[in-house]
Amino acid sequence: MNTPTTPTDDLPSGSGPDRPPDTAADRSPAGGSTITEATEPGDGERQTPEQVALGRRQRFAESFRQFRSDHLMGFLFGIVILLLLLVAIAAPIIATHDPSAIPRPPQKLAPPSTDHFFGTDQLGRDIFSRVVYGARTSLIVATATVIISTILGTLLGAVSGYLGGWVDLVIQRIVDAVLSIPVLILALFIASLLGASITNVVLALSIIYIPRFSRIARGEMLRIRSAEYVTAAEALGAKPSRIIFKHGVPNLVAPIIVLASLTFGQAIVAEAALSFLGVGAPITEPSWGRMLSTSREFMTVAWWSVVFPGAALSLGVLAFNLFGDALRDHLDPKLVR
Amino acid sequence: MTTVAEQPDAGPTGGTVDGPVLEVEHLTKHFPIRTGLLQRTVGHVRAVDDVSFHIDRGETLALVGESGCGKTTTGRVVLRLIDPTSGTVRFDGQDLAEVDADELRGLRQRMQIIFQDPYSSLDPRMSTADIVGEGLAIHGMASGQAQLDRVTDLLEKVGLSARDLRKFPHQFSGGQRQRIGVARALATNPELIICDEAVSALDVSVQAQVLNLLKDLQTELGISYLFITHDLNVVRYIADRVAVMYLGQIVELAETEQLFTDPRHPYTRSLLSSVPIIDPELARATVRTPLEGDVPSPSSPPSGCRFHNRCPQAVERCRHYAPVLVDLNDGRQARECPEYRPEPFGLTAQSYRESELLNQGTEAGE
Repeated sequence: MNTPTTPTDDLPSGSGPDRPPDTAADRSPAGGSTITEATEPGDGERQTPEQVALGRRQRFAESFRQFRSDHLMGFLFGIVILLLLLVAIAAPIIATHDPSAIPRPPQKLAPPSTDHFFGTDQLGRDIFSRVVYGARTSLIVATATVIISTILGTLLGAVSGYLGGWVDLVIQRIVDAVLSIPVLILALFIASLLGASITNVVLALSIIYIPRFSRIARGEMLRIRSAEYVTAAEALGAKPSRIIFKHGVPNLVAPIIVLASLTFGQAIVAEAALSFLGVGAPITEPSWGRMLSTSREFMTVAWWSVVFPGAALSLGVLAFNLFGDALRDHLDPKLVR
Repeated sequence: MTTVAEQPDAGPTGGTVDGPVLEVEHLTKHFPIRTGLLQRTVGHVRAVDDVSFHIDRGETLALVGESGCGKTTTGRVVLRLIDPTSGTVRFDGQDLAEVDADELRGLRQRMQIIFQDPYSSLDPRMSTADIVGEGLAIHGMASGQAQLDRVTDLLEKVGLSARDLRKFPHQFSGGQRQRIGVARALATNPELIICDEAVSALDVSVQAQVLNLLKDLQTELGISYLFITHDLNVVRYIADRVAVMYLGQIVELAETEQLFTDPRHPYTRSLLSSVPIIDPELARATVRTPLEGDVPSPSSPPSGCRFHNRCPQAVERCRHYAPVLVDLNDGRQARECPEYRPEPFGLTAQSYRESELLNQGTEAGE
């Protein structure tokens, strides 16, 4: 058992408020009371709701600090994700050229130089600028997909798991049906049915990912439903909505967050794959997948046209996956240790 | 913002004032056993089988029995956390089967439960303030600062303090958690609290603290308890009356002292004689009629008297004859066992004298 903080650490050490992190106690669920009275500041007779909320924020800050020291790798890739986001937001500032502009005379397939950092493609467009703008497409699609599928999937799963009965039966059979179709084929079908646009890619990917979230959420909700604290809430007269949102969701959020961060990486790949196949982002939008698809013919003569979009794609996926793994270990230490 | 009415002088809200707070009649709960692909019902676990009792205001009724005898199920069915198969539960004169879901949620303010396991009964993601204040929030009894003040009062009542408000369950010891559970149950000023093995998971010193707390609260607030436990020492300490359950049925119901000194059913006697005695000399002087084996499966209870296969006094006809619960003259009830002989058991004056003589004999011999 890793219990970095013992009660003796609670003595003033000069390094800020040294409250024992909740994660430390989480790691030793059996003997979880390493916290002494002395750790709480003050012993005033009354506390205001604001003070109680403050305690919650401190807990989060402490948990964050713990994550940084325990999962340095995951933390660094978290920074990579932030940098990618920054690139996507600041694309017009960072890009050196108009990503769609074809200069005259066109410098087709020019190797990397000081003018074109990543070289140019078969039409003479600047690959660096296209990769930068491609981050936008990728992250917009991935973010929207993850947000939609996380919220809807979690909701569906939690409701399904808590209510049970025929509601559960109907929802889960639909989920089974969607899960039984190969991802790419389903995405191809939906995207080609609706036409190539970013919104449709998001829609298609959300339909594909919602069942996964609902599966996990349902499983967790079944576990939570049988916990005595839910019986206690029922005995207090709580309505199903309260139990789902106040007791269910907060307790199932950890695996959902992990799945969300892993899905992020998958959504980036899926968007690239759809664009590669020509049903993803429209031709006017620079997209890593479409860049790979069009430049694959020139791979032997212009390696840069494939390597840079490919590297960007890999970095994005890798960052989300490793960050997701670290997050999982952090939120559920019992899983690995 | 509403404030909570102070309980001590506030009478029960609505309903009849004089009748028993809880009346249970012919309560039965059968769980179907389903197997196979089609989930066909192949049998029933008769967890609770025709149980009747009542609890007066400010009274503690203990429900005792071995594991698996249906005590916990009885508690849950009484609160309608599980729906009964048949029978009626009347809370404050109101039949719980006749109220709809919303009315039932409203009634929950007045009847509460304390759970056995202090670890799983508190939501790990909620702070103490939220856990204890949940009932107040649900019933709109208090919010904001008023709620927090009320929660602080409750925490102080159970021996915790304002500084525990923002802590989370894992930051407490088992005893502290159990006291949070008590505070949560008290928050809505209930008239009836079901204590489901409320002290079994605690060590003896903490047990005593919680029991004393419950007793004090009863004196102060006039709460009634249904105390579900298998610990007879606890029963003797806290209960006014005791119902002994075996395989889903009540075999005997009597006032605590009566039951402990003069049990009328062989099962009660065996149960009482299984209480460990720490003093070795007293232990030697104790006549025991121990129970052997486990409780039979409630899905196929033994024929005739349900206790016959473990009863030290069983004879052939016990296989066929099922004794019925009868009212005895002094307000108690027991399943009248025709074979029951009131033999001395436990520490009787006679057995104690004999052991004294025995000891003197051995000392003289040395």
